Amino acid sequence: MNRRGFLKTLGLAGATLTLPRTGKAAETETGTAPYGVLVDTTRCAGCNSCTYACAEANGLPEPEDPEAVTRPTTDQWTAVRGFETSKGEVFVKRQCMHCLEPACASACLTTAMKKTDDGPVVWREDKCMGCRFCMVSCPFSGPKFEYSSANPRIRKCVLCADRLREGAPPACVENCPEEALTFGRRDDLLRIAHKRIANAPDRYVDHIYGEREVGGTSWLYLAGVPFEELGFPTDVGETSYPSLTASFLYSVPMVLTLGPALMLGMAKAARRDENGEAASAAAIPPAVEDEEVRS
Amino acid sequence: MNQAGFASTARAVGARGLWRFLVSELKPKGPLLTAFNLISAPIIVAAAVILAIRFTKGLSSVTNLSQDVPWGLWIGFDVVTGVAFAGGAYVLTFLVYILRQERYHSIVRVTVLNGFLAYVFYAGALLFDLGRPWKVVNPIIGNSFGVSSVLFLVAWHFMLYMIAAFVEFSPAVAEWLGLRRARRALSALTLGAVIFGVTLSMLHQSGLGALYLMAKGKIHPLWYSEFIPLYFFVSSVFAGLSLVIFEGTISQRVFRNRISEDHRARHDDIVLGLSKICAGTMFAYVFLKVLDIVHGQKFGLLTTPMGQWYLVEMVAFVLVPLAVFTEAVRWRSQTLCKVGAALTLVGILLNRLNVTIIGFQWDIPVRYIPTVYEVVVTLGVVLAEIWVFRWVIYRMPVLSMPPTWAMDADAPPVAAPRAAA
Ligand code: SF4
Ligand code: SF4
Repeated sequence: MNRRGFLKTLGLAGATLTLPRTGKAAETETGTAPYGVLVDTTRCAGCNSCTYACAEANGLPEPEDPEAVTRPTTDQWTAVRGFETSKGEVFVKRQCMHCLEPACASACLTTAMKKTDDGPVVWREDKCMGCRFCMVSCPFSGPKFEYSSANPRIRKCVLCADRLREGAPPACVENCPEEALTFGRRDDLLRIAHKRIANAPDRYVDHIYGEREVGGTSWLYLAGVPFEELGFPTDVGETSYPSLTASFLYSVPMVLTLGPALMLGMAKAARRDENGEAASAAAIPPAVEDEEVRS
Repeated sequence: MNQAGFASTARAVGARGLWRFLVSELKPKGPLLTAFNLISAPIIVAAAVILAIRFTKGLSSVTNLSQDVPWGLWIGFDVVTGVAFAGGAYVLTFLVYILRQERYHSIVRVTVLNGFLAYVFYAGALLFDLGRPWKVVNPIIGNSFGVSSVLFLVAWHFMLYMIAAFVEFSPAVAEWLGLRRARRALSALTLGAVIFGVTLSMLHQSGLGALYLMAKGKIHPLWYSEFIPLYFFVSSVFAGLSLVIFEGTISQRVFRNRISEDHRARHDDIVLGLSKICAGTMFAYVFLKVLDIVHGQKFGLLTTPMGQWYLVEMVAFVLVPLAVFTEAVRWRSQTLCKVGAALTLVGILLNRLNVTIIGFQWDIPVRYIPTVYEVVVTLGVVLAEIWVFRWVIYRMPVLSMPPTWAMDADAPPVAAPRAAA
C-alpha cells in the first residue's frame, strides 16, 4: 500500500512493473502488512543469543566478544548495547529497521537494495556498484560497507529473508530465551504492543518506536524509558525518507519537457530580433555592439 | 596561423597523413621543464600509484572513509565542487546560443572545453570512489534501473551532458583535423546540443544537492534545507561564471600567443558582463538563504561555533564578493572583478564542503578528515585535467581564431554558400 502510494507520488508508474506482486499476502486476515519483529527492551537480558544465532544463520564469522560491539558491523549484523537509564541498565538490540518505505532502496540506482513484498529489505550482490548512496541516505546507519576489501559488499540484516520464505521466523527471534523478540505481521505486532502498554502503563512509555518514525518500520520497539535515553534517533520525523526527494524527482520530467520548448522559443525570438536589427550580425562577434550595450 | 596549413596537408595526403598528423600532435609543444610540469608530473604519478593501491587493497587502504561518513573528499570536492565550477559552460552556451548575446561568443569554446573536461575528470573521479566499479554499467544497460534514485538521475545526466558538451565543442576538433564536411554537420547540431545541455545542467546541478536531501539529520541544520537543490542550482551560475573570469585571467597570460586579437580586445568587456550576472544571481542566492534561516527559525544556531563558521561562509565569501562585483561593475574595474571571482570561488568551495564534509555528521565523535592520499589523488585529477586542457589549447582553435575556411563558412549567417564548404 505504502510503497504503491510512494511510487505514484513519484509519477513513475512504469516502475511498478519491476515490483513482483504475489497475491499471497493479500489473502491473510491481516491484509498486506509486511512481516516484522517487535522488540520489548524491558525483557531483553543482554545475553546476545540473537547475535550468535544471526551469525550462524547468515554465515557470518562467529562473534568473539559481542558485548564489545555496540553497533552493527559488516560482520555482525545485530548488536546488543546496554544503556544506563533512569530505570537501571537497559539492553537494546539494534539492526536495520526494515523501513516500510526504505531510504536505502529509493536511493539505490541499481535496485540492488530492494524492499521485498514480505517486508525484508535485501541487498543483491550482482547489482550493487558500491556507491554507498544507501548509507548516506539511511536514517539509522543500516548498511555497512566492506572498506577493506577489493571486492566490497554492502552488509546488513536482511530479516532472514530466505528463512521467511520457507515459513521460519528470523533466527534471532527463534533463539531469544527471554521472549524479548516477537515475530509476526506488522499490524498484529502493533496490536500486541498496544495491548502490552495498556496492560502495564507503568512498565512502558506510551510510544512504539517504529510505528510512525520515517513512515513506519518493520522492526518495532517497546521501552520503559524515553527512547532518546536508548540511543534512538528521535529527530527523524514521521514522513518517509523517499518523500524528501519526491518533489525534486517529480519536477524532472517537467523540466525535461518544458525546458527545451522554452529555450527553443527564446532562441527563435532572439534570432528574429537580431535579423530585424542588424543584418550584419554574424557568428563572429560584431564589433558595433561594443560601446553601446552594457545591459 | 599554421592551422590552415595542417588542414590542407591532412586533406591532401588522406588517412595516412591524418594519422601521421595525429601522432605528431601528441608530442609536447611547449617547453618541458617548466615549474608547473616539474611540480604536477610527480603528483599525477603519485595519484596513479595511490589509485592502484586503492583498487587492489580496498578503499580503507588510502581513505579515511567510515561507516558514518561514506562519502568524503572524492565526492565532496571532485564531484560536487568540480561540477559546480564547471557550470560556466551551460550558462555561457545559454547566453550565446539561446539569448544570442554575441559579445560572449569568443569565450564560448574555451568555456565549453573546460566544462567538458571538468565533467570527464571530476565526474569521472566518481569511478575511483565506487566500491564495485565493474558494476557501473548496471544502471545504464537497463537491467537495473533505480528510477527513484537521485543518483540514477545525476549519473545519467552526467553521461548525457558529456555527450552534449562534446558535440558543442566538436566543430573545433573538426577544424583542427581539417574535416570541412564533418564540421558543417557538427555545427548544425550545436543549438540542439545547447538546449539539451542547459536542460540537463539545470537538473543535475540541482540534483547534486538533492543527493543530500535524505541525509536529513546528518547535515548540520544551517546547511540542510529542503531547498538545497535550488541553492546548488542558483550558486552554480555564479560559481561557473567566476571560474570563467578566473580561468580567463590565467589564460590571458599563459596562452598569450595563442589568443586571437579579437578575443583579447573583448576580454575586459566580457569580464564586466559576467560580473554583472554574478552579482545578480548572488543577490538572489542571498535572498533565498536568508529565507531559509527565517523560515526554518535557525537564528539561534548562528551563535554556535558552527553558526560562526556559517557566517564566515555567507559574509566573507558571499556578501563581500557580491559587494565587490557590484562595485566592479560600477567602476568598470577589472581588478575588482577578479577579486570578486576569486572570493566567490572560495565561497563555493566552502559551501560544497560544508554540506558534504564539514557539516556532514558534524556531531559524531570521530570526524572525517581526508588522508593525504585522498588529497593527492584529488590534486592529481585537477592537474591531469589542466594537462589535457593545455594540450588541446595548443592544438585546436579554441582561444585562437578558427581557420579561415571555417570562418568563411560561418560568415553570412543565413546565406552561407554551400559550395564553399
Ligand atoms: S534502516 Fe536503513 S538500511 Fe534498513 S531499511 Fe531502513 S533505510 Fe534501509
Ligand atoms: S552501494 Fe550498492 S546497494 Fe547501496 S545504493 Fe549503491 S548500488 Fe545500491
